[in-house]
Amino acid sequence: MAAAKTFRVLPGFNITLGFTLAYLSLIVLIPLSAVFLKTTELGLDQFWNVVSAPRVVATYKLSFGLSLLAAAINTVFGLMLAWALVRYSFPGKRLVDALVDLPFALPTAVAGIALTALYAKNGWIGQYLDPLGIQVAFKPLGILVALVFIGLPFVVRTVQPILEDLDTELEEAATSLGARRWQIFRHVILPILLPALLTGFALAFARAVGEYGSVIFIAGNIPMVSEITPLMIITKLEQYDYAGATAIATVMLMLSFTLLLVINGLQAWTSKRTGRDR
Amino acid sequence: MAGASAFHLGGDHAHRFESRAATRETPLVKWLILGLSLTFFVIFLLMPLIAVFVEAFRKGWETYITALVEPDALSAIRLTLLAAVISVPLNLVFGVCAAWAIAKFEFRGKQFLITLIDLPFSVSPVIAGLVFVLLFGAQGWFGSWLSDKDIRIIFAVPGIVLATVFVTFPFIARELIPLMQAQGREEEEAAVVLGARGLQTFWYVTLPNIKWGLMYGVILCNARAMGEFGAVSVVSGHIRGQTNTLPLHVEILYNEYQFAAAFAAASVLAVLALVTLVIKTWVENRAAQSHKDANRDDAS
Repeated sequence: MAAAKTFRVLPGFNITLGFTLAYLSLIVLIPLSAVFLKTTELGLDQFWNVVSAPRVVATYKLSFGLSLLAAAINTVFGLMLAWALVRYSFPGKRLVDALVDLPFALPTAVAGIALTALYAKNGWIGQYLDPLGIQVAFKPLGILVALVFIGLPFVVRTVQPILEDLDTELEEAATSLGARRWQIFRHVILPILLPALLTGFALAFARAVGEYGSVIFIAGNIPMVSEITPLMIITKLEQYDYAGATAIATVMLMLSFTLLLVINGLQAWTSKRTGRDR
Repeated sequence: MAGASAFHLGGDHAHRFESRAATRETPLVKWLILGLSLTFFVIFLLMPLIAVFVEAFRKGWETYITALVEPDALSAIRLTLLAAVISVPLNLVFGVCAAWAIAKFEFRGKQFLITLIDLPFSVSPVIAGLVFVLLFGAQGWFGSWLSDKDIRIIFAVPGIVLATVFVTFPFIARELIPLMQAQGREEEEAAVVLGARGLQTFWYVTLPNIKWGLMYGVILCNARAMGEFGAVSVVSGHIRGQTNTLPLHVEILYNEYQFAAAFAAASVLAVLALVTLVIKTWVENRAAQSHKDANRDDAS
């Protein structure tokens, strides 16, 4: 029986895989390939001119720099929040735990106008910062606030399950061997959390780089000062400069694909380290 | 990239850590961590949420209601619902099919396929809108063909639906694939050996096992579908009463300095987000409960 080797008990392989591939191609792969094909309409020189124009380069610096910074802030505070949620009891904990996912559930435009209202000169937070000479809304600092908002759950939700799975024995053993609390954190807990922390950082960064809705309201969108890269694509589109918009999109897509590979690698590392799926 | 949103069976672990001297911090450190993290939580998550409702009611109930029942707002709500009603079921069918093929069978390139399914998560929403403009816009690949046939996709409802389907594409598949992989295929194989047909097997054996994960994916998918802004904004053209979804309606009102009306519309979306979080928490609790029950059954 030559067929025995490929015999499957369960039905439906061909139809489900066939549908999966067809739908994936139709909705994702073919549309995305349009970006790359459209870019080839530009010569290499033209492409380079578009993506290295000073105004565009300024958006890269802003988008990438602030995204990195926001992801770093989220890594620190996300770890603290995850630690508090896993290890301490406090009133309202279930509410806090549920609301951590708010940035996943709240539409970005809503987040954008809410943050702008808070940090405007007469806003709840802005009115206290303004006398100190700190302006947040309509400045690059406002973009940072929005990016911190949307990235927070990524770090908390990747670190939290790993923290929950930690055996208390590990720390007890370290304590009985004479380690101080800080040493235990630094040399026992942190190495276990490291892959998850990096994954959370990368996820928050990837989300922040492409973010549009929550940023444009608070950014002020001044060329060379507070313009993010996704906005640059919109600006080009509004000027009917499709090739230019596509060229910048290509640069962003390359970065996204690279990040996706890095994140997959990190997640594989996490599960190898901790024996968890994902 | 849904890695962070994949649901886990939580439960309160604090007691385990607080009851042992070795896993406790000194009170000073504990209060410092709690204080810093909760301050951060209040400033970055709680205050924006409260601000939406306070701003929405700033001019009183009447303005609030008026803002929500005006024709443009109602048509925006209708379009938002339409986009969700089309994109969620489509991505649900896709998610189930993809998870069935990936979890129940072995084939080459499986890992690569999973990565490809994740793609829309890592693409900027603006680019998600751009790709459909490149395909169906006036200067796009199919642009002239479509205009000959007098079919409008970009700056019309089909474009909005397409962009929504794209950005919500991975949500359900990403929940189901790891769940079904973890469950293996013994139960389904037993059912088939006992004479069940394919769909019977899925309906009576697989579905009860994955229902919580499925629901979780559907809720998150729906929240994103109704709240998507960037991708929809690129393909919509912002035609009032025709191609405005609720998030776009918020933007237009806000840019016209009609702040109370903008926040009123935003508060509808914020309520939607809160409902999403409540259902999500409920699903997690139910899933944890049934997980516990199953373990107890195994033990007895």
